[in-house]
Amino acid sequence: MIKYLEFEKEIEEFDKKIEELVEFSKKSNIDLSIEIKKIKKIKNDKLKIIYDNITPWEMMKVARHPNRPYTLDYINNFVDNFVELHGDRLFKDDPAIIGGTGKINGQKVMIIGHQKGRDINENLYRNFGMANPEGYRKALRLMKMAERFEMPIVTLIDTAGAYPGLAAEEHGQGEAIARNLMEMAGLKTPMISVIIGEGGSGGALALGVTDKIYMLENSWYSVISPEGCAAILYNDATRASQTAVDLKIDAKSLKELGVIDKIIKEPLGGAHRNHKRTAENLKEELLKGLKELKKLSSKELTEKRYLKYRNYGNFEE
Amino acid sequence: MGIFSSKNKYATLYKKKETHQNDEIDLKNKKVKEEKVVINKTKGLWARCTSCNEIIYMKDINENNKVCPKCNYYFRMNAQERIELLSDEGTFKETNKKLLSKNFMNFPGYEEKLERAEGKSKLSDAVVTGTSKIKGIDISLAVMDFNFMGGSMGSVVGEKITRAIELGIEKKCPVIIVATSGGARMHESVISLMQMAKTSAALERLREVGVPFISIPVNPTTGGVTASFAMLGDVIITEKKALIAFAGPRVIEQTIKQKLPEGFQRAEFLLEHGMVDIVAKRSELKEITAKVLENFGFGEVK
Repeated sequence: MIKYLEFEKEIEEFDKKIEELVEFSKKSNIDLSIEIKKIKKIKNDKLKIIYDNITPWEMMKVARHPNRPYTLDYINNFVDNFVELHGDRLFKDDPAIIGGTGKINGQKVMIIGHQKGRDINENLYRNFGMANPEGYRKALRLMKMAERFEMPIVTLIDTAGAYPGLAAEEHGQGEAIARNLMEMAGLKTPMISVIIGEGGSGGALALGVTDKIYMLENSWYSVISPEGCAAILYNDATRASQTAVDLKIDAKSLKELGVIDKIIKEPLGGAHRNHKRTAENLKEELLKGLKELKKLSSKELTEKRYLKYRNYGNFEE
Repeated sequence: MGIFSSKNKYATLYKKKETHQNDEIDLKNKKVKEEKVVINKTKGLWARCTSCNEIIYMKDINENNKVCPKCNYYFRMNAQERIELLSDEGTFKETNKKLLSKNFMNFPGYEEKLERAEGKSKLSDAVVTGTSKIKGIDISLAVMDFNFMGGSMGSVVGEKITRAIELGIEKKCPVIIVATSGGARMHESVISLMQMAKTSAALERLREVGVPFISIPVNPTTGGVTASFAMLGDVIITEKKALIAFAGPRVIEQTIKQKLPEGFQRAEFLLEHGMVDIVAKRSELKEITAKVLENFGFGEVK
């Protein structure tokens, strides 16, 4: 059962109707396929209108949709021979970030991503995709290994943020993120990151210093969540829908700002309605991107990457 | 002559609360400082340290590196005071003074915030950079100031820090950054997030040149600044009791729904957990920094 978001409630009615008709036609052996097709068409038109006019705030809800594909769904869809690798070799394994080696279309890759859970138990295990320092250190260990074995790196970003917990602070959350930013800037291997859902601040960036940054259509990426921003600025979290606009957290705005390189299309009505199709779109773009990056020498790669980050900023002088 | 006879001869220094309400408290602090100029002429500025509640002669606090002579509470220093604390007299030369923030995101209220911060701090943004000497050793120095929008990092802070690092690369001189910040500046949204990557990438390049980066995060340093250059020092030196955190205490208390233990995220706690090299007394900060640089092969070892 798919969860319907507030702004797509009317779609639920259509789906119910379609289901009823299918059921009825089965029971009574009457062919209703033309009627069903008609309703489906109306539904899809409605869905298109809704998603064409989606606000950044609504988009955030899609990005957080409990049925949205997560890192493991993509891995299961297009990474062959995947072997998950565990642990930071310092303290523990953080299930909020998973990583490992595998092949995409026969091409070896290191794939690393935040992992959320589907239900409460899974989420407790995955800490809702909010990593501790151990997760970022595991990611860095795997990335450095990828560099040594000339594997391109793909990171899938999907986190509300780095976990703000007691142990996280004790173990140096700030240091872990900072080190990733610094080391990733110099890694001599092609890297692509994709924001597949939530790109929550430093916790997202810690997997996001890469040669190319892609973003799924209904994802968000920001220095702070709109709720957090509204709470600090206005002491009023209900103003989040407006701060979502002000912060320019949506893929289109970020493309205009030059922070992301490509927006990856989601199927009609969002990624949660069709995991397979979303994964196919992503795979196709990843292969294209990796092909482009492979043409560059490691020196060209790191130089280009450095300049890309060096040039972020807007000021008067 | 009554010390307390007239109201404007009496000032109070507020101990800052470690919350995000710093802005408001800053304002109060600032008022005190602005008064200082006027009151000093009439001789007799007194202050109450709200840490120990003692009434202290303002001059004693200032001459004591802004440390309360009664209870040893470390008051915040502004960029100018920090530069004076660390640099040999008259050696600091400011660079990139003309970089100014602009509201390129059209974020509501940002211009007003910048204007107010400028008035309050008498700075153009939250960091002052330049070259200077510390015990005769040439350094590239960047000093943040909490009075400018809580030391938040936007494009200008990111750019000036990066240029300070690049100066170290170019001149092969040590880079020293005194950080104090509430984190990334949300008014510049994702572009301020990218400053974390930018400054960290610059430090990656500094590593290739073989000059040290001494990071001095002071009270308070949190958020995106902690999660980038501030924690990347080859040597990290901080001051007694300084709060250094990724997520601030209030955020964590909200997450875990309980009070944090005494001393959590303070300098001594970070030392114990292996996150910083040295917790220094403010009066010894310059001495220790110079010693470290000497041992890295700069200046002359006596």
